[in-house]
Amino acid sequence: MTTVRGGGSLESNIMNENLIEIKNVKKVFSNDTQQGILVLDDVNFTMKKGEIVALLGRSGSGKSTLLRIIAGLLEPTEGEVYYQDKQVKSAVKGISMVFQSFALMPWLTVLQNVELGLEALGIAREERRQRALKAIDIVGLDGFESAYPKELSGGMRQRVGFARALVVNPNLLLMDEPFSSLDVLTTDHLRDDLLELWEEKQTNLDGILLVTHDIQEAITMADRIIIFDTNPGTVKKDFKVDLPRPRDDESAGFRRLMDQIYTFMTSSVGVESTIEEGIDMSYRVPDAQVSELAGLLEAIEEEEAEGAIDFSDLAEVTQLDMDEMLALTEVLDILRFSKSKDGGIHLTDAGRKFATADMLEQKQIFARHLMQYIPIIKHIADILRTRSSHRVSKKYFLADLEDYFSDEDAERVLRVVIEWGRYAELFAYDDNTGKLSLEDPE
Amino acid sequence: MLKIWRNNQLSMWRPNIWDVLAFIIVIAVFVILAYGATEMATPYKIGQQLPIHLDPKYLPYYALRSVLRLLIAMVFSLLFTFTVATLAAKNKHAERIILPAIDILQSVPILGFLSITVVVFIAIFPNSLLGPEFAAIFVIFTSQVWNIALGFYQSLKTVPFELKEASNIFHLSAWQRFWRVEVPFAVPSLVWNMMLSMSASWFFVVASEAITVNNQSILLPGIGSYIAVAIQHADKVAVGYSILTMLIVILLYDQLLFRPLVQWSERFKFESNIDDKKTSSLFVSLLNRAHLIQYVGQFFGLFFNLLANLNIGHKKEVLIQEEKKRTQGRQYVVWVWYGLLFLVCAIAVVELADFIFKVISLHTALHVMLLGVYTGIRVFVLIILCSLVWVPVGVLIGINPKLTAIIQPIAQFLASFPANLLFPVVVIAIIKFHLNVEIWTTPLMILGTQWYILFNVIAGASTLPKELYLATKNFNVKGWLWWKRFALPGVFPYFVTGAMTAAGGAWNASIVAEVVSWGSHTLRATGLGAYIATYTASGNFPKIALGIAVMCLFVLVLNRLIWQPLYRLAEKRYQLY
Repeated sequence: MTTVRGGGSLESNIMNENLIEIKNVKKVFSNDTQQGILVLDDVNFTMKKGEIVALLGRSGSGKSTLLRIIAGLLEPTEGEVYYQDKQVKSAVKGISMVFQSFALMPWLTVLQNVELGLEALGIAREERRQRALKAIDIVGLDGFESAYPKELSGGMRQRVGFARALVVNPNLLLMDEPFSSLDVLTTDHLRDDLLELWEEKQTNLDGILLVTHDIQEAITMADRIIIFDTNPGTVKKDFKVDLPRPRDDESAGFRRLMDQIYTFMTSSVGVESTIEEGIDMSYRVPDAQVSELAGLLEAIEEEEAEGAIDFSDLAEVTQLDMDEMLALTEVLDILRFSKSKDGGIHLTDAGRKFATADMLEQKQIFARHLMQYIPIIKHIADILRTRSSHRVSKKYFLADLEDYFSDEDAERVLRVVIEWGRYAELFAYDDNTGKLSLEDPE
Repeated sequence: MLKIWRNNQLSMWRPNIWDVLAFIIVIAVFVILAYGATEMATPYKIGQQLPIHLDPKYLPYYALRSVLRLLIAMVFSLLFTFTVATLAAKNKHAERIILPAIDILQSVPILGFLSITVVVFIAIFPNSLLGPEFAAIFVIFTSQVWNIALGFYQSLKTVPFELKEASNIFHLSAWQRFWRVEVPFAVPSLVWNMMLSMSASWFFVVASEAITVNNQSILLPGIGSYIAVAIQHADKVAVGYSILTMLIVILLYDQLLFRPLVQWSERFKFESNIDDKKTSSLFVSLLNRAHLIQYVGQFFGLFFNLLANLNIGHKKEVLIQEEKKRTQGRQYVVWVWYGLLFLVCAIAVVELADFIFKVISLHTALHVMLLGVYTGIRVFVLIILCSLVWVPVGVLIGINPKLTAIIQPIAQFLASFPANLLFPVVVIAIIKFHLNVEIWTTPLMILGTQWYILFNVIAGASTLPKELYLATKNFNVKGWLWWKRFALPGVFPYFVTGAMTAAGGAWNASIVAEVVSWGSHTLRATGLGAYIATYTASGNFPKIALGIAVMCLFVLVLNRLIWQPLYRLAEKRYQLY
């Protein structure tokens, strides 16, 4: 990688052409019990030719849904998507996609997998083969043509994914968390190779749109980072990345941008005000296990002894990715064990007490805070108390939650909440009968 | 990189000894099958006796005829699967009726239907042997098809979402998607179910060849007829010959057909890791060494390519996921469909009620129910007895990998051996020792299906994590505690599957197992199976219908009340993580 180029140094005539234009896109997923769940609301942005754009957001922010809408795999409930000034109504030729789970056909060889898209276009056998072999060559998989995906490592499989996407000569490459199921070393290697392809213009690509929840990845790759807000997904901020390439994640500029984005993502106005006012039943409880919460509290307590800490430090210490960490700190904030502000976090008195308490005390503190700040827990405990048998089926509460969430999400939220309640000994749960109860299990 | 593809060219071909061998085998198989097929269409009049010779030199020919029936039935099963199961997976209106129908048909005692279908097919093909031939093939078909179709349907329903998305973004047509994504994804389940079906259907091949309807017996040339005649003449040596022939046939079909198929289907498995042991097959190694056969294979590969890329079903501008707004015309078709369905049901109910209640009194119905209870008790006791024997044996075999490697294929082999060939052996013993008929004909029902319990338990025990086993040793868990806390819960899901299959098979087998004969002796136990068998022989259709209906009812109710809850419990509680 010898070419050094900033995001803005491309010829201006290309820069003015729109590759993708998204206008007021809204997406509602229908669900049986309610009118529907709003996943994307009023999303607007434009992607110019010659850009790499990263959509950055927490999981569940609808960014993958938006990617599928752009690809024409999903229909927006409202609004329009334009690809090169033409409205997208179905899967578009010229847009191709790389999947998080690779989505390779295990029964086809590498060559056959790469040829698949060409076959669908009805291209003659000879030409198909030539083009596929060339694409395989470009992604560096020479010699693996007759291998089956099973024989390849994760990184190699994703290379097949890239070859398959590139062989159809797309103008726009969509990538849905393409590296998130790979290890760090493989990711670095593959990412560098991809950037090299892009910069040396070995392909016809006019743009790359990447979905990720990894801040570092977004800064390394993108000319622009679009930050997505959760619940519903909306565009919160459009960051321009003006760092020279290749980007060094140790450089001062890189670190500064990373801190900026962290601060921005954690100091979301919406979340803060919800936490201030307290949450209600419609709050989408994130996946946070008790052991993780306790572990994080203890980690913060230890770090705090050495002075104030911010999120990017904490991410380094705990080895958590942004998504996991934001989920955990959000729960800690809601439980009033910690307070996050402007990219930094500190413990409350209760949080400090929890971090230093023994196991029994921890359970008691946890129980108190759950009852006070998590409405669904209080709701469950109240109902159990009013019933003479003190036993209620899980389905009853599931039905309550389905007013706010999709079936799948309701299941998940209830599972998390039951785990918390069981740990705090607020109620018991018998998986055989599916019943929650106040008594201890026999 | 191009040299990989150069191998394909015929100019490189140099014949070797394996080519010759493989070629001879393949051609021989085709010629033999073709010969058998021409024999099927010979003229025939009902009542005419086809001579069945007990001379063992005829046995290879009879075996061929039996195998041919099995294969033809399998072709029909696959056709049914590709059409009806696909329809069910793609169209929710069709799905609503097809799925429950298959579920019921699965538990129908197929043998009871033979008498009815034989009449139908003879009417369709008058003056030709094709009538009884097709009746037999139909029985075999019904013994094979349901689980294949269900398995295929389930596969179609569970094609990973990301593969669907990928095929969409690369613009595959519906036809291309079917052959490139959906069918390949279903291949492992397809092959596995075909194997189960083939094993199970040997029993029906043997049972359906010698049919007695309306007091007339039709003997189709085949192993089943051979043994029927041997029983008539009380010829012990001939019985021995037929058992030997069957052993050889099953061995051959396992080597030539199934092992290659299973080995081939491995590559379609979706899980990314391959740590299962590979199935080995002599025939496959032979084929792999023979170049010519590889070219033939490539030819078929090319043919498949052309088929998959036919320009069919290429829709433009269609969004997946989103339900298309239905046009008025389509809605109309849907209503007509449900209307027809309802009409057919109504007519069927009226006709059935009319048919059964005109000739059958409530008293008879209750009597038949009681017979059902007798047979039910037999099945229940047998399953318990077999479990007491085979579960401990299976566990002990399963936790010993070496023993598993030896015994497992044998157990699977025994499961596919048609137990009805062994009936005479038991009957001779009953006559000789003057045993109680009611009790001692009972084991016949389970003779063939008990192996399902054994091989499922072996499979379960062999997949128990080694670490769990070591943990029990480490904590010194022994004796009954070891069984109660480790072995039995560990194999429970597998046991349930095995026992369910065994019980289903036993109900079906009761039709041929409760009435057995040897020479001039006929042993008759009291039960629903004997009832159906007796009235089939005398051609009393209302009573056959009643018997079948009651048996269906029993099987369905027991499935719902006992097996399904057990199965769900096993899935929920005892599945390893």
